[in-house]
Amino acid sequence: MMFLNTQRAGLVKDAFVYGADSIILDLEDAVAENQKDSARFSLFHTLKSGLYDGTECFVRINGTDTRYWREDIRAAVAGNCDGIRVPKCETASDIHLVEDEIAKAETEFGIAPGSTLIMAAIESPRGVINALELASCTPRLMGIALGAGDYIRTLHAKMTEGAEAMLLARAQIVLAARAADVMCFDAVHTDIDDEEGLVRQTTLIRNMGFDGKSIISPKQIAAVHRIFTPEQAEIVKAERLISTYMDNKRTGVGVFTVDGQMVDVAMLEGAQRTLRLAKASGAYKGDME
Amino acid sequence: MRNSIGREIPAQFLRGGREVYQGPFYREGYIYQKAAPSVRASVSPRASKVVSSLTEAIIKCGLRDGMCVSFHHHFRDGDYVLCMVMDAIAALGIKDITICASSLGDAHTSIVKYMEDGTITGISSSGVRGAIGEAISLGKLKTPAMIRSHGGRVRAIECGDIHIDIAFIGAPTSDCTGNARGKGGKSDCGVLSYSAVDARYADHVVVVTDCLVEFPNLPASIQGIDVDYVVVVDEVGDPTKITNATLRYTTDPRELMIADYAARIMRHTPYFRDGFSFQTGGGGPSLAVTRFLRPYMEELGIKMGFAMGGITRPIVELLEAGFIRMVVDAQDFDLASVKSVNSCPNHVEITTAQYANPLNKGAFVNRLDYVILGALEVDLDFHVNVVTGSDGIIRGAPGGHVDTSAGSRCSIIVTPLCRSRIPTIRDRVLTVTTPGETVDIVVTEVGVAVNPRRPDLLEALRDAPVPILTIEELKERAYALVGIPDPIRFTERVVALIEYRDGTIIDVVYQIAE
Repeated sequence: MMFLNTQRAGLVKDAFVYGADSIILDLEDAVAENQKDSARFSLFHTLKSGLYDGTECFVRINGTDTRYWREDIRAAVAGNCDGIRVPKCETASDIHLVEDEIAKAETEFGIAPGSTLIMAAIESPRGVINALELASCTPRLMGIALGAGDYIRTLHAKMTEGAEAMLLARAQIVLAARAADVMCFDAVHTDIDDEEGLVRQTTLIRNMGFDGKSIISPKQIAAVHRIFTPEQAEIVKAERLISTYMDNKRTGVGVFTVDGQMVDVAMLEGAQRTLRLAKASGAYKGDME
Repeated sequence: MRNSIGREIPAQFLRGGREVYQGPFYREGYIYQKAAPSVRASVSPRASKVVSSLTEAIIKCGLRDGMCVSFHHHFRDGDYVLCMVMDAIAALGIKDITICASSLGDAHTSIVKYMEDGTITGISSSGVRGAIGEAISLGKLKTPAMIRSHGGRVRAIECGDIHIDIAFIGAPTSDCTGNARGKGGKSDCGVLSYSAVDARYADHVVVVTDCLVEFPNLPASIQGIDVDYVVVVDEVGDPTKITNATLRYTTDPRELMIADYAARIMRHTPYFRDGFSFQTGGGGPSLAVTRFLRPYMEELGIKMGFAMGGITRPIVELLEAGFIRMVVDAQDFDLASVKSVNSCPNHVEITTAQYANPLNKGAFVNRLDYVILGALEVDLDFHVNVVTGSDGIIRGAPGGHVDTSAGSRCSIIVTPLCRSRIPTIRDRVLTVTTPGETVDIVVTEVGVAVNPRRPDLLEALRDAPVPILTIEELKERAYALVGIPDPIRFTERVVALIEYRDGTIIDVVYQIAE
């Protein structure tokens, strides 16, 4: 999920070429206070241009403690964005406040009711503690995302190379997302020239169970894609597991072995997820599901 | 009169046998008499060629109003020689000088005042950038500038289309007889390829150096037997601007995407086999292509036969890693390439005549499989403009673009779809410098267009992992993003002629309406 500064028209006009899976058009931190109006204008025309067809488009609105967020939602919904990313969420009421405004805007601009999704950004200790409440507060909520900068600041922690201070929050976010059956996304890696650090952190969060990572530069796309794309060996193993499972299911066998490893139905879902991810990322051309 | 690509060339520029462009290989088999210089014999064994100043050399050579002087651009943005010489000429009150340079750039901005006061009234160059380009476009030069490719410049000199009265050759090292090299000294630029033709065809040759070395300075790029005078100055240039110590790879993701696509294309064309030959420019995406080639060469277990052109660190690294058998060098862009040509036996200097003259008996460009080139604009006929900017002002250089595009088996243009709010791919280029007949593939970040004249390449790329579009589709995407460009207003006065490499006129540039 790549953040783009909506204030910079030259940047957003064709950022779809880089191949990010999702674009977050930012109206919040990246946009100067006196440029909020022009950023909304740029946002609306970018969304309406049709150039981003095929790329998911979210809009990060300003916080509900500002005077901008309602108008942000109107511009985003009028442009028929895929969803709204709400910053600094701490309780379900934060989400419900935004949800009500989205519903009003959908009615105002003739957008299908309920079609505009919500992603909750969790950026404080309180938000992390309430992650499950946030993740399960509305059907519009498609995922929760961790914001590192404010979280580290409000935690009174220090960001280190190993990002140890993030560990608890990351674990909590994944747990909450899985419990609520929504997606979860990790924070940005702010040093765009540090590919080694990006790879290390992305590998970590991929292994923890995150569904994706927020990024701030097209330079980071390839590494994130590479890490989240299942390797060929994983794909082959998943195919074999599914195939063997189906064969054994027909004969009524529930537990069996693949390559000497015990396999049961509990492992089927993971194999199927691997193939879906491989297919989505273009690494798998087969038809097994 | 219209030429074969439909560009109107005013009749006043078609005198003395000059013709309009009639196709890239129109002059195959053309027979001509080479020009020859006047030579002032230096018979006396004890006569010294070393003179005390540029002024003394100019006076001894007999420079007078209306003559032509020449320069090279191996010192790039660090060159001091051209401006020093022109200051000396202006101080002598000599007027109506034509400059025949291999390129003009930011290092030469100070000569604009001589264009305005009539000291300089003619320019022939393979590139014009910066303030000089603006001055030409604003009509400050008395006669139209002649824009020639590197090969075209050599051809024009050898054919006698332009005659050099005095060649001023800046040299990092020279001995007292004028044996000069691009190597050594404090202004090491590696090679002196552009000046070889000047030394052999100019009536007078003056070597300007800041490092006089013992005789004999061999192997010499400029032979002392062709040199009249040697002038020792404090500095011929700024070493920090002559070669970049650390030429950076681009990290621009858009340029890297374009380079990646270009390398994928090469991988899927039939010429990508052991012994293939390759040239790339020194600009962002062009340079980056070299970086993407290595994995494909490793995958197929092949090596490059030779790499050519302006040489840069990525090429040197491939040479040192054993992926290139020979580097043939007409210009060095960075410290790594200078060091390499000075030390590596498989890295060899060639002259620009060898490199690209279309009317000799077979230039090196004819042996190229691939060339990767940039563009300011490309149009629906695949014509490329590398000379005039989106504002109509001369700010580019054909350099070897035209020569390599014509000579190679597969010419690949790498360019962003738009620059800022200006579409690069458009209905019609402002100025044709490289005809579409010699352009095979255009690569942008959104997709790749293959010239319909090359159905073989289109077929070869059918399964290549790149988005293949038509040039019309690329243009439509560019226009959808940034709109249709407004036309630029010109006067009716021609300020530059774009000469094709064979000496025909392919286009003209008009004065900007202020």
